[in-house]
Amino acid sequence: MAETVLETHGLTMRFGGVTASDNVNFSLKARELRCLIGPNGAGKSTFFKCVTGLLNPTEGQVFMRGQDVTGWQPHQIASLGVGIKTQTPNVMDALNVHENIWLSARRFHDAAEAKARTDTIIDRLALGGIARTELGQLAHGERQRVELGLVAVADPWLVLLDEPAAGMSAQDVDRMTEIIHELTRSAAVVIVEHDMQFIRSIAETVTVFHQGAVLMEDHVDHVMSDPTVRAVYLGKKA
Amino acid sequence: MERSLGKDITATLIVSALLIWLLPMMVATYTLTVLVIYGMLGLSLGLIWGFGGILCFGQAAFFGLGAYTYAIAAINFGESTVPMLLAVLVPLIFAAVLGALMFYGRLTDVYLGVITLVVTLILFKFVNSTAGPQYVIGNARLGGYNGIPGFQTLNVPGNPDAFIWGDPYFYFCAVTLVIVFLLVTWLLRSSFGRVAIGIRENETRMALMGYDVAARKTVLFAIGAAIAGLAGALFANWGEIVTPGLFSLGQSAEIIIWCIVGGLGTRLGPILGAAGLAYLKFMLGQQSLIDNTLITGLILVLFVLFLPKGLVPAVAALWKASFGRARRRPHARQRRKARHG
Repeated sequence: MAETVLETHGLTMRFGGVTASDNVNFSLKARELRCLIGPNGAGKSTFFKCVTGLLNPTEGQVFMRGQDVTGWQPHQIASLGVGIKTQTPNVMDALNVHENIWLSARRFHDAAEAKARTDTIIDRLALGGIARTELGQLAHGERQRVELGLVAVADPWLVLLDEPAAGMSAQDVDRMTEIIHELTRSAAVVIVEHDMQFIRSIAETVTVFHQGAVLMEDHVDHVMSDPTVRAVYLGKKA
Repeated sequence: MERSLGKDITATLIVSALLIWLLPMMVATYTLTVLVIYGMLGLSLGLIWGFGGILCFGQAAFFGLGAYTYAIAAINFGESTVPMLLAVLVPLIFAAVLGALMFYGRLTDVYLGVITLVVTLILFKFVNSTAGPQYVIGNARLGGYNGIPGFQTLNVPGNPDAFIWGDPYFYFCAVTLVIVFLLVTWLLRSSFGRVAIGIRENETRMALMGYDVAARKTVLFAIGAAIAGLAGALFANWGEIVTPGLFSLGQSAEIIIWCIVGGLGTRLGPILGAAGLAYLKFMLGQQSLIDNTLITGLILVLFVLFLPKGLVPAVAALWKASFGRARRRPHARQRRKARHG
C-alpha cells in the first residue's frame, strides 16, 4: 500500500455567503495521477488554492505526508518538496529560460549543482534552442513548458497543476502529456483541468467537483459515461 | 550577467580611477564630493527599486537617519569611526523592522509607497519639533529646524585631531562609492541577488518555488537603507551640519527622479542620474532666471515621454545597435526562424 501524500479533511472555504469549497475529503497516494474536473464555479480552483496555501480554508485541514499544513504560506508548502503551477502562467518574464529554471533549482541545491540540474532539464524538455531567450518573448506553449520545467527541476514528490493544457496547441499538449507522465515516476500529480480530451488521454482516477463538493470519484471511463456527470457538465436535466 | 565578475571589476576600477583623476580638473572637489554622495544615495534606491522591485518613497528617511545618527554620535564620542558605523547600522535596523512589518503584512506597490512616505513625513515633523532644550541625546541637542551644527567631522581612525577634509575627503568619498558599487555588483551576481531579481519579476512564482519572499525583501530593503545611511553620514561630514530638510519629501522625490532619469535596473543609471541632475541643479542655482525645480520637473517629463527606460539603458541599446550588430543579430534571427518555422 503506497503512502498517502495529500489528504484533506472537511475542507471548506466560504467567501461571504458563498461556499466555494464544501466539506471536501480528498486523499492521494504516492505517484498517483489524479485529475480534478467539474464545470465552471465547481470549486476546483478554490480547492487547489487551499491546498497550495494561496487561500486559507475557513474550516477543515490539509495534510501532506501526514503533516498538518493547514494555513501554511505557499513558500512553506513549496519548501516541503511540492511543485505548484497556477492557472495563469507564472514566470519571470524579463529573465531567460535558463535563469528561470536555475532559480527554482537553486532553492534546494547550491549554485553549481543547480546549474547542472538546470542544464539537464533544459535538455530533457528540448528547450536548448531558446535557453538564453527571455520568457517574455516566448510563445504561450513554450512558457507553459518552461513553467513545468521549473516545477520538475526541484524534484518534487507532489505536483499540483492548475489547467496546464489551457490555450495550448495539440502538439504542445502531447508534449505536456509526456512530461507529466515522466513526473509521475517520482511524484504524485494532481491536475485541475477543463479539457476533456486531455483528461481522457492522461487520467486514470478522476475526481468530479460540483457546487463546491465532490460529486464522484472513479476511473475516468466510468466517470465519462456516468449520466449525472454528463448532466452536470452539459447542463442537462438527467 | 554575460560578462564575468573579474572583467566587471577591472572595468569598474579602470573607469573610476580615470574619473577620480580627471574630474577634479574640471569641477571643484567640494561640488564633486556632494555629487558622489548623491550618487551613492541614488544607488541605494536603484538597488532596491531597480533590482528588488521595491518602490520606496522614503529613501530620504534613511539618508537623514544616517546623517543625524552620525552627528549625534560624533558629538557624544568626539571621534568619527564609531559614529560612521552607527550611521550605517541604525538605518539598517530601522529599515529591517519597518520592512518586516510591511513585507510580512503583505503590503505591496502603492501601500508600500504610502507607508514609506508617511514614515518620512513623521520623521520630518518630529525632528522639526525638537527645538526645545529637553530634546537631548547624550550631549547632543537635536535642535529642531535649526539642525545640529558643530560636530566632529571625519578623522583618521584612532586620531581624532587628524581631520579628513577638502580634497582628501573627496577621494575618500569617491573610493567609498567605488567600494559600495563593487559590493552591489557582487551582491547582484550572487544567488541572493539573482533571487531578488526573480522576486522583482514574479513574487508569486518565487513563493511557489519555496522562497520566503518577505524575508528576502526585508533583507534587501535593509541593505538599501544601510547604503542610504552611509551616504547620509558622508553628507553630514560634507555639510558640517544636519537639518530636518534631509528628511523632506522634496529630497525623497528627487531620489526617485534620479533613478528614473538615469535608468532603473542598472547599477550605473541611478548614480549618473543623481550626479547629473544634482550638478544641473547646482548650475541652475547660480542664476535666477528660471526656477530650478521647474527644470527638474521638465527633465523628468521629457524622459518619461521619450526615454522611459532612462539614460543608461538607452545608451546601452544604442551601443549594442551600432557595435554589437554584426556579431549578435544573425544568431537571434536564426533562432527566431527555427522556432516559428
